[in-house]
Amino acid sequence: MVLYKNTLSLMVSVLLTSMVACKNKDSSQLIHGDAAQQAYVAPGEYDEFYAFLSGGYSGQITVYGLPSGRLFKEIPVFSQYPENGYGYSEETKNLFNTSYGFVPWDDSHHIELSQQNGEFDGRWLFVNGNNTPRIARVDLSTFETVEILEIPDVAGLHCSPFITENSEYLVSGTRFSVPIPQEDVPIDTYKENFKGLINYVSLDQEHGHMELAFQIEMPGFNYDLARNGKAVSHGWSFLTTYNSEQAHSLLEVNASQMDKDLMAIVNWKKAEEYLAAGKFTERETSYYHNLMDEGSGIVNSEEKTTTKILDPKECPDMVYFIPVPKSPHGCDIDPTGEYIVGNGKLSADMSVYSFSQIMQAIEEENFDGEFDGIPIINYEAGLHGIVQKPGLGPLHTEFDGRGNAYTTFFISSEVVKWNVESKEILDRQSTFYSPGHLVIPGGETRNPDGKYLVAMNKITKDRFLPTGPEMMHSAQLFDISGEKMELILDFPTKAEPHYAQAIAADKLMSNSKKFYPIEDNTHPYATMGEGNSRVEREGDEVHVYMTAMRSHLAPDNIEGIKVGDKVFFHLTNLEQDWDVPHGFAMQGATNAELLVMPGQTRTLLWEPKKPGVFAFYCTDFCSALHQEMSGYARVSAQGSDVPLKWGLNEELSDNREAANTFYEQAKARASR
Amino acid sequence: MKNLPSPKILMLLAVASLAALFFFPLWQIRLDAAQFPGGLQLHIWINKVSGTDKNIIQNINILNHYIGMQAIHPDSIPELKYFPLINYLMIALGLLFAWINKSIGFFGWTVLLIALGISGLYDFYLWLYDYGHNLDPKAPIKVEGMSYMPPLLGKKDLLNFKVQSYPHWGGFFLGLAGLFGALAFIKSKYKK
Repeated sequence: MVLYKNTLSLMVSVLLTSMVACKNKDSSQLIHGDAAQQAYVAPGEYDEFYAFLSGGYSGQITVYGLPSGRLFKEIPVFSQYPENGYGYSEETKNLFNTSYGFVPWDDSHHIELSQQNGEFDGRWLFVNGNNTPRIARVDLSTFETVEILEIPDVAGLHCSPFITENSEYLVSGTRFSVPIPQEDVPIDTYKENFKGLINYVSLDQEHGHMELAFQIEMPGFNYDLARNGKAVSHGWSFLTTYNSEQAHSLLEVNASQMDKDLMAIVNWKKAEEYLAAGKFTERETSYYHNLMDEGSGIVNSEEKTTTKILDPKECPDMVYFIPVPKSPHGCDIDPTGEYIVGNGKLSADMSVYSFSQIMQAIEEENFDGEFDGIPIINYEAGLHGIVQKPGLGPLHTEFDGRGNAYTTFFISSEVVKWNVESKEILDRQSTFYSPGHLVIPGGETRNPDGKYLVAMNKITKDRFLPTGPEMMHSAQLFDISGEKMELILDFPTKAEPHYAQAIAADKLMSNSKKFYPIEDNTHPYATMGEGNSRVEREGDEVHVYMTAMRSHLAPDNIEGIKVGDKVFFHLTNLEQDWDVPHGFAMQGATNAELLVMPGQTRTLLWEPKKPGVFAFYCTDFCSALHQEMSGYARVSAQGSDVPLKWGLNEELSDNREAANTFYEQAKARASR
Repeated sequence: MKNLPSPKILMLLAVASLAALFFFPLWQIRLDAAQFPGGLQLHIWINKVSGTDKNIIQNINILNHYIGMQAIHPDSIPELKYFPLINYLMIALGLLFAWINKSIGFFGWTVLLIALGISGLYDFYLWLYDYGHNLDPKAPIKVEGMSYMPPLLGKKDLLNFKVQSYPHWGGFFLGLAGLFGALAFIKSKYKK
């Protein structure tokens, strides 16, 4: 019997081994015994890198640790986020104002971290909204969206936001060309009426505030992705385009006819000169700039009505084209700034350009005609060489700082390592499945941290336990420190990452805010100390000046509200300790709940529809008595004479005093 | 003994040590619990209460209110107002006796300082006792037979917190002041 059991278990284990081996054969043949250890971050230990992944159609950004692949945070950017009230609260809802009205969702694509001298400085993060053209700024001390700038007269801001090496500008281009200014024309007048724009958004170096500096009017192509030069090529921007056929229907076929499309090359220092010389035209338009005030956390929306346009026809030596293999998806520049890789996604080869050769060709006017007055540089003159048959569908290339490039191939589902100088292919590894972008920490900067590579795949299928038709995306982490890339981790990512950037943890950790100092809170409806909590009526508006502190809301009993009132709960979290947010949820509120960080004030609008007594409570498990952190709002019929009354048990006056004293002391300290 | 500086210099050293009490906390109470990485540190000075960060008192008061301990209001602790005055007085007396340079002066000053030190410590003990025992009967969390007096010196477990109480630099300087005073007295005796 014992023998039989042993035999059986032996059989089972042989079977299991062969099954595993079978699975390994087609997916993870190169996993070594110590792979798990390389991606393992022990409990209580920190990851080496923060990775910021764009959220695609979720409109948000997710923050992961590398090498563990652990999810740390989802930063709401272009979509409302009811769990903390982002985009619902009175303070933040203005972030979504656009010339189209309130647009509370978008499609976020490309992450750019701010740079100094071609390296990440860890101050801000920028990301584009693809659909309603916008660029957002996230403050990396709070990991919160603090600014959104709309870009006028473009459609599909896919090609965005690409930063220059000292964060002078964010460069973007229109994905869809449209009539500019917008007008009612037949679609088949594309060639006559449709134009493209390349946009330069300048950054205020102290605060990071964005401003649309100028736009360059371009032929009606699809501007897809871009990069700015660095080191030797600083001062130039490179933008790939597709649909130089200028098709307006069935682009799948009609925009894929020509063997080569064009890459736009912009001398932005020259553009600055033309701008300073007044060689621009000012055009009436409409776009919104939404900026959060640091002290109050309130977003102010401002409509802008003019934009400065530079026309390449009137500004010679500012813009050039160079042919690039069929339907490129981006161009990437190596850490020296000399080599520019054109990723022609429908081409079998990859073109690598040399910046110095391009400059020489421009100097020698080695042009092959022009398009709309823009000279087209001779392809061969600018070419450093061709990477022969690297794979199918090259999409995105990053660098390791050791002279190697890594390119994702969507169709052949792999990452290929190759040498930039020799164009020789060094290694290839499968990914699961069909990678879009990849990220190496600092992989687009002058100084990459070439230790890890994450391939962000577009297709998940069988990689994880199935979750119905809609699944997370899959990412693979490779150790690239050796000669061959080594797959060390497979992890799911929130859909849909298009692009990511990763930065050394020590560049961000020490700047990460633990809470907002309450003495810096300048919110006009802030309640400084429980003693100041109160309810005020202004016509049919009721303003509740409410405080939260473990473990009570003050006031917690409110009477005198009437049906038809607009009740504004201005909740100030009086805590001044790390990780003590308080939540706020009002029964029947038709918008969202709130999550208020220590020292912050956030406002929820509640419009009661019927008389009764309704409960509110703290939604964040803040303390042992969190469940007790609740209260009631009494709603009376319209026209009733129930007086406005509010309160909190007098027994807690001790705390009230403590809170007041605390605030006064803090104020005194701040004013010293 | 011969190597010691003159009694006058020793007395001036004692005075300097007392002056240091304005620059360093006398005592530290450290609270450690799982949820507070790095712990919470309360620093008791001759004229104020501070801690690891500027919000420490509010944060400790919030924790303490669950078990009914009174909130700490440094403004309402009279000792923090008159202890500095006593210290100024002792500094003035010390300078005076250094100038007079008589052993009886050194003796008297040292005895007075030791008496003040012991009564200060006793006063501190009374405050701790009061904070630990005088609990709000309506406290949300009541543990039968539990009081929360922090130790005067040493370690103690209070619910989820491990509490440690030790002198800080100021405490050592106070001891040093007494030591220098005593040495000034002995040296002045020995000289004769």
